[in-house]
Amino acid sequence: MAVTDASTSTGTAAGTRTRLVVDWVRCEGSGVCAELLPELVELDDWGFPMVKGPVPPELSRLAERARAACPSLALQVVSG
Amino acid sequence: MTAGELTQAELGTADVPQAEAGAREVERRDQTQPAEGAARLLRGLRADGVALTLAEHVALHGALPLGGADLVEVVEASGLLGRGGAGFPLGTKLRTVRDAGSALRRPVLVVNAAESEPASRKDAVLITRAPHLVLDGAVLAAHAVGAKEAVVWLHRGRPAVLRAVEAALAERRAAGLPGPSFRVVEGPPRYVGGESTAVVAHLSGRDARPITAPPLIARKGVGGKPTLLSNAETFAHFALLVRRGTPWFRSAGTQAEPGTMLVTVVGAVAVPGVVEAPVGTALGDLVTASGGFAGTPTALLVGGYAGSWLPADRLDLAYSRAGLLPAGADPGVGMLVVLPAGACPVHETARLAAWLADERVGQCGPCLNGLPALAQASRALAYGGGDATSMSAPDQLRRWAGMVEGRGACHHPDGVVRLVRSLLLAFPGEVARHAAGRACADAQPAIVLPGRGDGSWR
Repeated sequence: MAVTDASTSTGTAAGTRTRLVVDWVRCEGSGVCAELLPELVELDDWGFPMVKGPVPPELSRLAERARAACPSLALQVVSG
Repeated sequence: MTAGELTQAELGTADVPQAEAGAREVERRDQTQPAEGAARLLRGLRADGVALTLAEHVALHGALPLGGADLVEVVEASGLLGRGGAGFPLGTKLRTVRDAGSALRRPVLVVNAAESEPASRKDAVLITRAPHLVLDGAVLAAHAVGAKEAVVWLHRGRPAVLRAVEAALAERRAAGLPGPSFRVVEGPPRYVGGESTAVVAHLSGRDARPITAPPLIARKGVGGKPTLLSNAETFAHFALLVRRGTPWFRSAGTQAEPGTMLVTVVGAVAVPGVVEAPVGTALGDLVTASGGFAGTPTALLVGGYAGSWLPADRLDLAYSRAGLLPAGADPGVGMLVVLPAGACPVHETARLAAWLADERVGQCGPCLNGLPALAQASRALAYGGGDATSMSAPDQLRRWAGMVEGRGACHHPDGVVRLVRSLLLAFPGEVARHAAGRACADAQPAIVLPGRGDGSWR
């Protein structure tokens, strides 16, 4: 699996990288994030999000939208 | 270093709940006098398996020095790494907790003696035979961070361990020894019951389930207070290094991973038990210290049931983070399972994966779905059959391992991923043979899996 899961990176070494972080206890696998942000999120075999990498500046508004649209409030956009 | 200098404590029946792994070996215990040599924590244990009394402990190791040097600096200089599996530097943890604490937010201390790793007995041996070493370390740590409240966290259903802790605490109270106020808490008997955020959740009044992205418990743990939580063995090393000094502590082990470690050696060895050896001791020397192989081994499993498989001839590998890394293995908790003749690592992986899947908490989607998927693919590999997918079982295992890794509130799913990947890495021939439909017809199950707990999270 070539997908990097950004939720596991500590984010400290990368400086001010913006990342999507999934709260796995809250996430119910609605798939809304993958619909709104297919550039960054794909779904695993069970419908849970796999984050492909950090959020580039041109996608930050869409990332924010995906965060706000998550029905289970499981998505965070974290800087740094 | 020769294996003859290593020290071994055999597993006494009192240490081991009969229903659990290792029970078969325990039935044929006889008493031997542990050799000296590498022994630090296991030095001077009583041959009858009874705990050292407080007086015997003080006569053996000397009184506990409190005051004097800055304990945080002493531990930082010692390089002592936690012995609970993660290998985090104790000094860093102590400093973080001390700095986060204040008179209004007194740190809390937790001695994690749950040892929920099924075949591991190292903490049980310490608690039942040298309890004051662990408690001394807890007193020192409490002193170092300013904690007045300490908890000894146990796995419910192990009466011998509970009795030993309570007896040792009673002795200390009767002797009027200084230290924090201790209480003993028995957590739910689950595989993840010793996970640090689960312990903190329970001690804060909630269920003992791991928490997602928790605040650093060193800053905000039990009841929101800074919390120093470490493995029981780590505290015991602390107790000795403060008495003996950093150069002494560093005189065993490696530069990066100093000191000795306890390793539970079970399976096809003549004398299963807990061995104390310098970190970085060759796996072969641990086997020799356990009386040598009983029969021809088929595989080694290091680090725990969610550990790493190794070919049986990799006895040259050093038991340390650095030593196991080239073989793609992780030290985990100190544990070495020797798979006997007639057993098959592919079958054992299927059995372990099924058991570990049952032990999942079920809070996080990738783990909730992914562990049963990995268990099913492992079973398909071991016994043939499986589902109707076009993918081979090994490819399916690789794919699902990638979908599970790092995607949970705790590291339980990562352990199953490690187990499965290590099988593919260590036994490519066996895996290919099974995948080609030539499963072992007569593989004997070998690893003992505990029964289900009581289902409680409290």
